Amino acid sequence: MSTQTSFVTPAARLQAYASTADLAVSPPSARKASDRVRQAAASRDLRSEPGPIRFIIIALALSFLTIFVVLPLVVVFASAFSKGINAYFAALAEPEALSAIKLTLLVAAISVSLNLVFGVIAAWAIAKFDFTGKTFLITLIDLPFSVSPVISGLVFVLLFGAQGYWGTWLQANNIHILFAVPGIALATIFVTFPFVARSLIPLMQEQGTQEEEAAISLGASGLQTFFRVTLPNIKWGLLYGVLLCNARAMGEFGAVSVVSGHIRGETNTMPLLVEILYNEYQFVASFAIASLLAMLALITLVVKTVLEQRLDEGQTPEGRSE
Amino acid sequence: MIRRILPLVAGLLWASSAFAADYTLLNVSYDPTRELYADFNKAFVAAYSKETGKSVEIKQSHGGSGSQARAVIDGLQADVVTLALAYDIDAIAAKGLVAPEWQKRLSLNASPYTSTIVFLVRKGNPKAIKDWDDLIKPGVQVITPNPKTSGGARWNYLAAWGFAEKKFGSADKAKKFVADLFKNVPVLDTGARGSTVTFVERGVGDVLLAWENEAFLAQREFGKDKFEIVAPPLSILAEPPVAVVDKVADKKGTRAVAEAYLKHWYTKEGQEIAARNSYRPRDSEIAREYEKSFAKVELFTIDDVFGGWTKAQKDHFGEGGIFDQIYKN
Amino acid sequence: MGLTLTWLSVIILIPLAGLFLKTLELSPIQFWEILTSRRTLNALKISFGLSFAAACVNLVMGTIIVWALVRYRFPGRRLFDAIVDIPFALPTAVAGVALTQLFAQKGWLGAPLAELGIKVAFTPIGIFIAMVFIGIPFVVRTVQPVLIDLDPEIEEAAASLGANRWHTVFRVIMPSLIPALLTGFALAFARAVGEYGSVIFIAGNLPNVSEIAPLLIVIRLSEFRYADATAIAVVMLLASFVIIFAVNRLQRWAQTRIPAH
Repeated sequence: MSTQTSFVTPAARLQAYASTADLAVSPPSARKASDRVRQAAASRDLRSEPGPIRFIIIALALSFLTIFVVLPLVVVFASAFSKGINAYFAALAEPEALSAIKLTLLVAAISVSLNLVFGVIAAWAIAKFDFTGKTFLITLIDLPFSVSPVISGLVFVLLFGAQGYWGTWLQANNIHILFAVPGIALATIFVTFPFVARSLIPLMQEQGTQEEEAAISLGASGLQTFFRVTLPNIKWGLLYGVLLCNARAMGEFGAVSVVSGHIRGETNTMPLLVEILYNEYQFVASFAIASLLAMLALITLVVKTVLEQRLDEGQTPEGRSE
Repeated sequence: MIRRILPLVAGLLWASSAFAADYTLLNVSYDPTRELYADFNKAFVAAYSKETGKSVEIKQSHGGSGSQARAVIDGLQADVVTLALAYDIDAIAAKGLVAPEWQKRLSLNASPYTSTIVFLVRKGNPKAIKDWDDLIKPGVQVITPNPKTSGGARWNYLAAWGFAEKKFGSADKAKKFVADLFKNVPVLDTGARGSTVTFVERGVGDVLLAWENEAFLAQREFGKDKFEIVAPPLSILAEPPVAVVDKVADKKGTRAVAEAYLKHWYTKEGQEIAARNSYRPRDSEIAREYEKSFAKVELFTIDDVFGGWTKAQKDHFGEGGIFDQIYKN
Repeated sequence: MGLTLTWLSVIILIPLAGLFLKTLELSPIQFWEILTSRRTLNALKISFGLSFAAACVNLVMGTIIVWALVRYRFPGRRLFDAIVDIPFALPTAVAGVALTQLFAQKGWLGAPLAELGIKVAFTPIGIFIAMVFIGIPFVVRTVQPVLIDLDPEIEEAAASLGANRWHTVFRVIMPSLIPALLTGFALAFARAVGEYGSVIFIAGNLPNVSEIAPLLIVIRLSEFRYADATAIAVVMLLASFVIIFAVNRLQRWAQTRIPAH
């Protein structure tokens, strides 16, 4: 137990800020420390800048965010509705749009549920057990984050393409992976692989194995322990990982573009359709689909904020020991 | 939540596949043919069901001609390919998916419709662009896609080369001309459609080198008050070919319908659809009917000037070929 | 355990191994020639150079944003805090068309900039802008928690010992933020190097000028030149490895610094 904690506690916190995964994936548990800032209000004058400088900093920060983040988002909606609300809904009701939405939902459902199951198992293995090669495993899990999406698609072409390693066999047996739903799902799973595992690892490490050990010593089976003890403890973190996994799965472009084959009404996902419509002079339709994806992003952010609050509340004082 | 969505999605998919037709064809085509095939497919589906009583569904995939050929080679299950140039189908044939003599199986080089390369300029032609040599003038920005990935761009390049070789009389001078032309190119999109969007929608450049049909389409979409088409006196005869992908069609048992599909191009109806979409028809009667829609341009063929596609590809667009040399300088 | 490893192998290990195997088909000389060809070198230079520049901007602007969000109270602070994550949540293709629309010659920002003679869309500046966009959350989200957790007593001590504010900020606060800043920088950099979707719309895609390495991979693929595509991919993959490794080292460095205060 003691070896566990020594490995875990500072690491779990810092991983949250340091690893690729975590900056967006892991619950920023330290957020609530803002009350400490408030407590220190008495010493404000010592810890603050003169008014004009403060103003400049705020102005710089806000104008930067407005130009680089808010405006692109506004452009999406403005362009989507530029020909009126009827044109907007007409664009979304096109069979090609509907089929893209369906495919996107299907691919997201497949990849999120698979990554959910295996993400939990992987996080469990990493957080609760010590074994050799653990760092290597974590690095592997991290890898899809920093690999170019194009490469993520390319590797599957090399494996499953007709000229690829298994291509001949697949062709002979009439199995279609590339340019079909399985290929799109595989590429998406690859890209979204780290989200669930990465958002659970720090959480599970913080919680240690005490409760599970207690449950097992009281006679609970492994599965019972998992569903009654572990799962309730990680549920918000899990939702958090699933949420981000889903957002990325629905929005993936580069990897899917390489493996899709762009068959209209069949293997075009929403992000691919955005590009296609854009290239067909159908700017309103293109931005209409884009606006759906942008809304997905906004909803994701709202739910994320709520989940972060839940996670902060769920944080036990011991869990925050430093 | 996922458990609730899954059956829903499965249900949706089931519902859509319930309409399955007797045959499904996948036509893998290049960028600017989207509108053409939307028209043609409708006509063919109707004609085929009238003739045989069978229903056909035709799926389309569009992209840069080279990328599309690559996808077919990698296993995209295309029953027919309708690409921008013969070389791309040759590349597929080289992998054994299409019979080597594919271009002899249908008449007219298996190219039921043709096109040429013209200039699209902004209203009033402010840079006074009339012919190919106006393109290398300083200060003229030319938009063309990347010949390495786009079929249309290869026709653009070869048309410019053919003009220069005829006018200046030597390959060296033609090379210099084309190099000068590409110095005036500020953006190199990967596909013909990308270039059109760059020129038309993003407002970049003074002249777009485009497929004739693509230029007409842009003019229709955005209005004659914004763009003018300038046909140079001399240009290339672009022959976009079509072929059945033997391996796939035989495996799927769609050979008969795939062949009927391509043969439909050679009917009056097919030729009429081509002409309506600003592709030059092969049929002389339809050609006469639409005579006024197409500018009079003297056309040379790739065989005349370059000795066929394989040679042109190797000399100009292969690794270390002339295009690479131009971009290295 | 076995399940985890199997799944991991199927999804990640085997595909990546396939990539390396494919490059082994090349002789070292061929490999070297592909990588040192002018076009490849330029694409790599553009990708890595512009990503570096964008990460630098993100470092500076990210720090300013974090400072404003953590240290000051102003109306809309929470909203802007949430907005920081948009580049992460917005699908890259959407970001691509939106930025292009915004910065094109007729766009809301492109038109006024064009009058000043600055062209953004379809130039390297456009690539740079897209990379800045996708990199913002990385610096902000790595530095933010560290700045919040920073012990106020250190600052107060410095101030009461007579250090002026400038001195306190740059000699006392900044050094303790360095691991987080570097981590954020590395992550923004790594993301920008591999970015495809949001960049290709706004980049001019002109060989040697505004063609990024991931696009060159796609182009090589459509030219049937798998060897070239995989060679470039392997180099970029190795770069990702190195960056992840550096980030992990930074993490350990940061951990060893913690007990100090």
